[in-house]
Order: sequence, then structure tokens, then C-alpha cells
Amino acid sequence: MKVLNVFLLVLSTHMCMAQKYVGKNGSISFFSETPVENIEAKSTETSSAFDAKTGDLIVQIPIKSFRFEKSLMQEHFNENYMESDKFPKATLKGNIFEAEKIDYKKDASYKVVARGKLTIHGVTKDITVPGTLKVSNGKVSIDAKFNVRCADYDIKIPKLVMVKIAEEIQVTVSSTLSPI
Amino acid sequence: MKSIIYHIAGIIILLLSNTTIVLAQTDSTNNNLDELLNEVDKSNTEKEYTSATFKSTRLIVGQSIENVGVGVLDFRISHRFNSIDKGIKDLFGLDGATIRLGLDYGLTKRVTIGIGRSTYDKEIDGYVKYKVLQQTTDNSMPFTLSYVGNIMLQTMNVNIPIGYDYRFSNRLCYSNQLLLARKFSKSFSLQLMPTHIHYNLVDKTSEKNDLIALGIGNRLKLSNRVSLNAEYYYILDNLKLQGTRNALSLGFDIETGGHVFQLYFTNATGMTDRAFIGKTTGQWNKNGIRFGFNISRVFTVKKPKGFENSRNKIY
Repeated sequence: MKVLNVFLLVLSTHMCMAQKYVGKNGSISFFSETPVENIEAKSTETSSAFDAKTGDLIVQIPIKSFRFEKSLMQEHFNENYMESDKFPKATLKGNIFEAEKIDYKKDASYKVVARGKLTIHGVTKDITVPGTLKVSNGKVSIDAKFNVRCADYDIKIPKLVMVKIAEEIQVTVSSTLSPI
Repeated sequence: MKSIIYHIAGIIILLLSNTTIVLAQTDSTNNNLDELLNEVDKSNTEKEYTSATFKSTRLIVGQSIENVGVGVLDFRISHRFNSIDKGIKDLFGLDGATIRLGLDYGLTKRVTIGIGRSTYDKEIDGYVKYKVLQQTTDNSMPFTLSYVGNIMLQTMNVNIPIGYDYRFSNRLCYSNQLLLARKFSKSFSLQLMPTHIHYNLVDKTSEKNDLIALGIGNRLKLSNRVSLNAEYYYILDNLKLQGTRNALSLGFDIETGGHVFQLYFTNATGMTDRAFIGKTTGQWNKNGIRFGFNISRVFTVKKPKGFENSRNKIY
């Protein structure tokens, strides 16, 4: 009898835990396209947490983890544009619409929309991000592509380099989350 | 009978405790994703090194602890005009100049190598800069320490009196330098540069072949793209070569995209350690001041890992 109780206890706790997913080392890249220069930067230090029951999602990126092809560009990105000592992280806190309807035991891919707040460079804005949620082997993969306007987040670009940096930056996020 | 009651009570208590745990869990799902993420991040954190202690690999004339990025080639033009003391006749020194053209390359994260050719004494120089210790943002390492080894060869013509032997080694000088720097804040960095210079040949027998100098330098950021720098090398009076003075340089770093411009005033003529630390003759208070500038342009020679198929492109 007691064994059964303990089993019930473990089971109930386990079922609750399985509704949350975390992932680290997710990849993110951004791309700036202008007639003068195309610039791409990448990071593989995205961490994310997702609650399947509520659809709540948090994605976080240390700004300093972005790697550029040109090391000087990377330094300027941190020092001048993103001020990453002052604002070390970019965060997306959102909710995936109707995430609770997804069957997380079945392998499948879903088109989803996340709504929430994106914080970059200390500025928070509402954002809607369309993406893909994929369930496979009990893991959840999230892929999304969206645009960010530098001016919206108070990222100042001097006139001299304006021709080299796009006003809108394409962001691509891809992360795999495991149940905890 | 009693045991059955105990069992039932046990089940009830356990079920209750289960429910509370379940409740606590549901409650926390709404609020504690943040905490969950922080825990993930905690296990993720590596030691983070302080970056951009200085804007450039040179503080002004001398070396800073900054290295060139891995696989990056830095083409550097150092330009120094004549002293301003001749006034308008010489357009305040702008009529003449000494130049050093240099190439610096980042071999690894810690090792930078460089070569250069200066017009002053037609000198060729080569150096290795090795970052021994690196300051971390959590202050577990409070400063950065670099070593610079330098070899300099003067190739100018020498008038050799008949009967005298002028050996190749007479043209060589060496310097060893330790750079100890700390970035105190986003805008203020300080560097100490104890330096040893060996002259294979000095002008007079009374002069010593070895010289010890202590350098101190700092940078103060005025804006994101402009900083004010100062650099001073102090040599004990009894070690000084005859007629020489301590070198003091003051200047600005101005950064625009891939370039860093350094504009400065100094009393030194030479560009290499041998020349500017040990053989400066100009005086600040007697118009021995010269205007100079460095231009640095970087080229990525070897693409870093993960950028083999990148969309980076310059039209």
C-alpha cells in the first residue's frame, strides 16, 4: 500500500514537471543587409524555458556571445551599439498562442504565433513572432524568424556607417528544449 | 482493524500532500519560468574576459595590452611630423615627417606578431606580444598582463672611420616589456609598462648598454567613439642616454567602423621602443612638440570558425 502511495507521489510530481521544458545552447543569428555590406553574427548561447501548460515562453541571449567574422566589428557591436556592459542580455518573454492544445506526446510540427515583450538594449517593446514548434521524442524545438528595427530599441547608428547597417535586422532563432 | 485505519489515514495524508505538491507546481509554472531559466544560465556561465580595455593595440606610440583578433591583419601607418618650434616657416613641423609602416597579425587569442619599417634610422623591427593573464569581469583576475619582446635593426648608412670594424650586431637593439593593465570602468583604463631596452652599441663609453624605464598610461573615454589617452615613460636620470628626455604623449583615439585614428602630440621622434623610449630628445616646454597620427585598418585574413558559409559580404 505504502509503495503504491510513494508511486502515486512520484508519478504526480513527474507529470507536473514534464509540462516544463528548458533548453540551452540554442542558436541565434542576425543579418543586416544593405547595398554596401551584408553583416551576419551568430551565437549558440541562447537559453530558453517553456511551459507547455500555459504556453509561457522565455528566450534569453547574452549579447556578448554574438560572434562576428570581424573581431573589431564584434567589439564595436558590444561597446558602441549594444552597450553590453550596461545591457548584458536580450530577452523575449511571451506566450505561444494555444500551446496547451498541442499533444506533446506525439511527434509533429505546428505553426505557432508567440506574442510578448522583447527587451533589447534596455528597451522593451511588444512583439508578435510567427514560428514553428516541433515535437519529437518528447523534446520541443522552436524556430522563428523576425525583424527588429534598430531605432525601436534606441540603438544609435552614426551617419557615417548608416549605409552599412540595415535599419531592420533579420533575427533567426532555433532552440531545442528538453522536459525537466 | 487498527492497521487498516492506519493505512487509510496514511493514504489520505499522502494524497493530501500530493495535492499540495501539485498545487504548488501549477502555481509556480506561471511565475517561475524566470527562475528556471536563471538556473539553466547558471550552469551555462563560463568565465567572461574583460574586453576593450583600450581601443587599439598601441596606447599612443607604445604598445597596449590589446591584441589583434585571431586571423586578423592590421595595417598600421604611424606618422609623425617635425617639431612645431620652427613655426610658420616649417608650417609648424608639417614640412617633414617620419613614418613607420607596420603589419600586425593575430596568431592566436593570446599571441600577436608584428613587423614594421621606420624611416627614422631606416629601422626594421619585429615583435611578439603574448597575453599571459587576462582580466575577468568577475574580478577573479583583476588585471591583464602581457609580455612584448622586440628586436630592432637600424639599416642606415654609418660613416666608419678607417681601421674600425663595424659589425652587423652593432645595428641591433632589443627590448622586453611587461604590460600590466586594468580596466577600472567602462571609460577608465590604466596601464603600467616596465621596460628593459638593450643597445648593442651606444654612442659613448660612459653610457650604459641597458636601460630600464617605467611607463604609465591611461585612457579616458569621452564618448563611445572617442577617448583621451596619455602615455609617459620615466627613466632614472643615471640610466638615461646623454641628452635624452622622458617621452610624454597625449592624444585622442577616434574610431570609425573598421578604422581607428589616433591623433596625438609627443616630444618623441622615433616610433620603436629603442628610439622613442630611450632616445627622445625633444622638450615639451621648449616647443619640442610634434604632431602625429596613427591609422589602423584591419583585414580579416582567416575567417573564424562557423563563418565558412556566412552571408557576410562587402559590395
